[in-house]
Order: sequence, then structure tokens, then C-alpha cells
Amino acid sequence: MARQLHARRLEGVDKNIWVEFTQLTADYKAVNVGQGFPDFSPPSFIQEAFCSAITGGASMHQYTRGFGHPALVKILAKFFGRIVGRDIDPMEDFQITVGAYQALFCTFQALIDEGDEVIIVEPFFDCYQPMVKMAGGTPSSNLYTLSSADWVLSPEELASNLNPRTKAIVINTPNNPLGKVYQRDELQMIADFCIKHDIICISDEVYEWLTYDGAQHIKIASLPGMWERTVTIGSAGKSFSATGWKVGWAMGPGNIIKHLKTIHQNSVYHCATAAQEAVAMGFQREYDTFGTEDSYFKQLPAQLHKKRLRLAECLRSVGLEPVMPQGGYFMITDISSLQVDLNDPSTKDEPYDFRIVKWLIKEKGLATIPVSGFYSPEHRGNVQNYIRFCFVKVIWFVCI
Amino acid sequence: RHRNKNSKCNLYMASVTHKNAKRIEGLDKNVWITFTSVAADPTIVNLGQGYPDIPPPSYVKEGLVQAVMVDRLNQYTRGFGHPTLVKALSQVYGKVCGRQIDPFKEILVTVGGYGSLFCSIQGLIEEGDEVIIIEPFFDCYVPMVKMAGAKPVFIPLRLSDRKTDISSADWFLDQDELASKFNSKTKAIIINTPNNPIGKVFTRNELQAIADLCIKHDTLCLSDEVYEWLTYKGHDHVKIATLPGMWDRTITVGSAGKTFSVTGWKLGWSIGPEHLVKHLQTVMQNSLYACPTPLQEAVAQGLLRDYELMGQPDCYFSSLAEELQGKRDRIATILKQAGMNPVIPEGGYFMIADVTALNQHLSHVEDDEPYDYKFIKWMTKEKKLAAIPVTAFCGEESIKHFEKYIRFCFIKQDSTLDAAEAILKNWNKA
Repeated sequence: MARQLHARRLEGVDKNIWVEFTQLTADYKAVNVGQGFPDFSPPSFIQEAFCSAITGGASMHQYTRGFGHPALVKILAKFFGRIVGRDIDPMEDFQITVGAYQALFCTFQALIDEGDEVIIVEPFFDCYQPMVKMAGGTPSSNLYTLSSADWVLSPEELASNLNPRTKAIVINTPNNPLGKVYQRDELQMIADFCIKHDIICISDEVYEWLTYDGAQHIKIASLPGMWERTVTIGSAGKSFSATGWKVGWAMGPGNIIKHLKTIHQNSVYHCATAAQEAVAMGFQREYDTFGTEDSYFKQLPAQLHKKRLRLAECLRSVGLEPVMPQGGYFMITDISSLQVDLNDPSTKDEPYDFRIVKWLIKEKGLATIPVSGFYSPEHRGNVQNYIRFCFVKVIWFVCI
Repeated sequence: RHRNKNSKCNLYMASVTHKNAKRIEGLDKNVWITFTSVAADPTIVNLGQGYPDIPPPSYVKEGLVQAVMVDRLNQYTRGFGHPTLVKALSQVYGKVCGRQIDPFKEILVTVGGYGSLFCSIQGLIEEGDEVIIIEPFFDCYVPMVKMAGAKPVFIPLRLSDRKTDISSADWFLDQDELASKFNSKTKAIIINTPNNPIGKVFTRNELQAIADLCIKHDTLCLSDEVYEWLTYKGHDHVKIATLPGMWDRTITVGSAGKTFSVTGWKLGWSIGPEHLVKHLQTVMQNSLYACPTPLQEAVAQGLLRDYELMGQPDCYFSSLAEELQGKRDRIATILKQAGMNPVIPEGGYFMIADVTALNQHLSHVEDDEPYDYKFIKWMTKEKKLAAIPVTAFCGEESIKHFEKYIRFCFIKQDSTLDAAEAILKNWNKA
């Protein structure tokens, strides 16, 4: 064919860190402590719920309501209504999506136009930037001040990213890859900023149950003045350790969610019925056991807390400096002290952390993820000495 | 844009800032939303929306139960398609197409056939492009093309002079008219065979004529073949991608939902040359990344089972078509009994019927809507029978050609068809 085939919206978004590294991991049969998924099973009650949905009536295998299976949106509205302290409308205030990933996609596609700016707090889950670009927007990155011991968001730096085209800010708490859990005063600072400048807040809270050492997850949508301008994103995959189910949601005020619905109905339209039914059953159980020892949302962080400590010990034992996460699935570690003879010519033009990660995969059979992949291209050069581990694994880490 | 810093004066600003992106302007309406609510009443016999009320084959359901019980099958799989599934697809379609299909480079697994259409259009179509769409069309093609910033160009299927025993084969594309729709801006043509809603199965000659134009104008072809296994006696499904010169410019869409009667699984696929599929993969990696793992594994197992049975009566790909042929013929008979004129489909699980002969006066039904919309609303209310108006599947200019037609779905249990029969038999009474 003579003409250009691809649409221009794909320009600059064709590379993808997961595609690249999962392929390499598979090729070298490396132990995967990089990608964020558990290597243990989901809790039996959720697997049973799925089986029960599958063997349920014929309707479980046919299309359900496009914007979300009624049983699921109803229980989510109840569940989160109790947490946020407001009446949430199941039909108006939710869009069920194919994973939180698709919820992010719908949000950007629905709200971001050519030329709009979106503030993305770095380091960020890598998809935010290409999704903003594909929607025609400009990601405006805000670097954490690395000089202080704690990773904090500076209000001055936040304000410096503001301009007349700023439409939204994306936050992720607990944060991937850092594991930072935003405190109330930080969220209040962001909330004040959003309200003052009439900006939408996109809050990716997929790791909301996974907080350690007494850190509390706070929903920015519950702060005064924020419900009406926040899209909160959640994930059944992360909540129930079943990432392969790909069920997520966007929750927010109906007048914003309706635009996500338009994107959804013109892109995938429906999500799998039986999976939604199973997640609904899971949430009903969690609603009934919330706060008790029987709640999976309590058991999982307790389980992961120990794995987190074990990984940190292991990394320190080989002279590495982990950054202890307050929440989430991941731990990053400074690898500056690693003395490695990198003689792989295929990676010579890549950032140092990419080179180390590829060396680890090829030479040590261990797959991790380079943290500079979670920074904008302009800032990648500043942060080449961290790699990310996922500790939601039962396997023993190969101590290098 | 003036920035008003005082949040109290933000009423105007809030409406500006929270305004939707331009790409969705005018795309919020959707025929399914309107009609699923109309027919949500359980006392209404629903022959409207296109999904089976017959159960899927038990081995398919069992396959899913088995997959869910395997730990690692509950976690992320390969983004562009679970390896077991893309390999199974490569086998099945390699055989059907008579060529080697690379499972990793020439196949993308998507969220239903719908998701394949989306990835194809987003990946390959943009502002300034024209896309030819044949009427009547599955309704999502138009909003998807518009959302990509492109212009839909319509060409209607036209009915020949035949007056009785009309079949979908009597609907054809005027060749001169078709040729006139192609120009240097034409990026793609979307075809759907078997066609929803008419049920037309495009012949090799008809596809060749389309192929010739695609090659002449260097146009892509997006071929929606979700009903590919559902062709009735005497009609064979032909894949336009297998015609000379077409593999390199065609994306073919398939559906697990339609293949295995599991529309609620929402799995489909796009098959084509690497230089096209790679762009669909880019859309995928930036939109939802991966499809659900256990569902993909179960579809793979189902495909492998039926691949071994291809050509035999037990093969679900052909046994479903046989089962549906009986239902097709039955529905046609009962529609005629009520005085409607059905168009017998050569494929698919829909049948359209001309309601002109019923002479139903609808001026009392308000709304400035085409006749078929009013007829459906009246029929749902007065006769407790639901169908879909065919003008939902055509552009503005063709409304007058299609507004006397309504669409019935016949992939329904006998008890549903019995209930429909009871209504249609008594049509002229009361």
C-alpha cells in the first residue's frame, strides 16, 4: 500500500514497557518479579463465585447492561457509598470497564481534547502518558522532589505546571511504583488546587486496600468539593488478586461519567457478564465482612506486609537500598551500588536501569522493571538508578 | 480561556471545564439503550436484541470452569492475545483461509467483534479519511468512524424487482453506484458478511467486485465476519481476505460470542497482515492492554475441540447453523401468517420483514420518527412483541428505503418462538 496506514493518533505511543519486558521475560524464561500480578491464587470464595456464575442461568453467558452489570454496580454503589459517606447512584455514577486500564482510557478519551493539558505526578503508571497523548492532550509532568528523604509533592511545583489549558490532574494512591500513600494534607493541597483552578481529578486507586504500617488510604473524592470533579478508578483484579479477570470501574458524578459511557458504548460496549457477576458476589461478601478479620481486604494487606519485609531484607542483604513502600504491590530499590559489567551492545543506548534490568533477565533469570519507564521522556535521564520489584509473590527471590 | 480563581463563581467555568471532548459530540445516543429498556418488561416476547436465549454448548462452559480453577489463568496474560488462543485461532483460520497465519503478529484478541472494529478504526482511520459503509449496517460502524474524525460514505443495498419469496440474495449493490463512492480520500470500506440485519451472504463475485475497487483505489477493507459460521444450505461464506491482492489490505473480524453462543463473554479477534495488525495492537496496548485470561483459555479449548471436528456433523460451527435453519424457516412462516413479508436470510440469525401490507396506521404514535420506530413502539405496547427498527441501521438519506422493515432475531428457544407464534397468529384478531 502506498499511503500511510496508521492513524496519527498512534504516533509516539507505539512503544510499551510491558509488551517489551513480558516478551523478554518469556523469551529467557526469567522469574517474573517485575510485572504486577500475584503468583498465588485468588481467594477461593472469588473463584467459587465465578464458577457459580458460569453454571448459573443462560443470561450469565449473554450480554448484560453495557454500562455495568446491575448486580455489580448496585453493590459497588453501596460499598463505596458507605466509605465515601454519600448516596452513590449505581446507574449514573459508575462505568464498569475491562480493568482499571480501560477506565483510564475512557476517562482520557471522554474528557481530553487536542491541546488540553494533563498534570501527571511522576513517577507514574506508564500508561497515563500515552493515553493522554492518544487523546491529543499534552502531559505535563511534575517531578517529585528527590532531594528529600520522603517523596513529596511540592505545591509550588504543582502550581508551576498550571496553565489555561490544564484540564485534569492524575494521581495514583497508593502509588505505583513508589508505594507512596498520600496523606490527608497532601490530598487536601491537591483538592484545593483542583477547586481553585476548576480542574478535574483522576484518581487511580487500584491498590486502595493495600496499605501497611498503619498508613490510611483516603479517597480524594470524599474531600469537600471534590466528588463533583473526581473520577475514581478501581480494580477488581487488584482487589481480589485476580488480575486476569480484567474488571474495573470508574466512579464519579453522573454528569462526568456519562461522557465515559459514550466512549465505552462506542468502543467495547459491554464487559464480560459472568466475571462481573462474580465480582459482585465478592463485593457483597466484603460489604458484609468489612473491617472484620474475615474480610479479604484486611487479610491481603496483612499477608503482603510480611512479603514486603522479606523482600526488603533480601535486597539489603546484597547491599541494595530499597525504598520501603507504605502501600501497593511494589518496592523500588536503588541499584547504584551494583557493580555490573554491562557488555550487552544491544542495550548500549538505553538508560542505565533499562540496561541493568535486561542484564538481570538475560544473565540472572530475574525479571524486574526499570523505574525510569515510569517517568516522562524529558525526566528519564534524572532517575536511572532504580528498579522495581513486585512482592506479591510466594517464590523465593534469587538473592544476587 | 479566562481563569476565574474564585470557586464561588465557577458555575460557568465548571460547565466549560467538565465539558466532554469533541470526539464524542453527538455520539451519546444508542439504539440499544433505547430498545433494551423498551423490551425490559418480562411479559414482552423479545425478538429484538441479537443474542441467543438458547444455552451455549456445555463443553464451552465447562472449559471456563476448568480455566478459573487454574491459579495462573486468573492473572494477566499476553496483551495481544493469550498464547493458547492465538495459536488455536491460527490453526482454525489457517485452515479456513488456506494460508499460514502467524499467531503473534497477524492476530489480535479483542473485547468482542465490537472491540476489533474499534481497534481497527482507531488504528487506521483518522480525520480527513472517508469510509464506505454499506446500508443497512450494524449501527456501531458510524459512531466509531465519526469518533475517529472520519466521514462515513453510504451505499445502500437495493432490492431487485422480485415481489414474492424475497431472500437476502435479492438485495444487491449497484456496481456503478459503488464505484462512484471511491475516491482518493477513501481509506477503507467496511463490509459485513453474513450481513446484520438483512442476512445477505456476499457471493464470491460480489466480493471480487469490491476487491477490484479496493485494489484500484488502494483502499483497506474491514470485513466484519462475526456470523461466518451461520450460513444456510446452498450458501457458503467467502472470506474477502482470501481473494487475490486482498490479504495485505484486509482486517477480518471474528467473534467467540457469535461462534459459541456466548455473547456475554465479549471476546473477538482481528486477523490480517502484520503491517496492519501492529497498529491495532498499538490501540490495544493503550486502551485496555489485555482481555480476560480464563475466558480466552476457554475459547481456545472450544476452538481446538471444534477444529478437530471440522467437516463433521458434531462440529458446533456447522451444527448451530443447522439448528438455526429450522428456526429461520419457522419464523418466516409465522411472519407471513401475520401478513408481513419476510426477507429470508442466507446467513446470520436475523430476519427483516416488510410490514407495509399490514397497513398499520401510526399517526397517533407521537414523535417525529421513521415509520419503523413508531411501528416497533406500537407493536411492543399493543402486541407485546419486540423487534428492532431497520432504520437504526441506515443513514438519513436511506430512511425511506428501509422504514417499512423491522428486524427479528431468531436464535431463540422454541418456547420463545412458540410465544411469538401465538402473537403473530392472532395478529388480526382483537
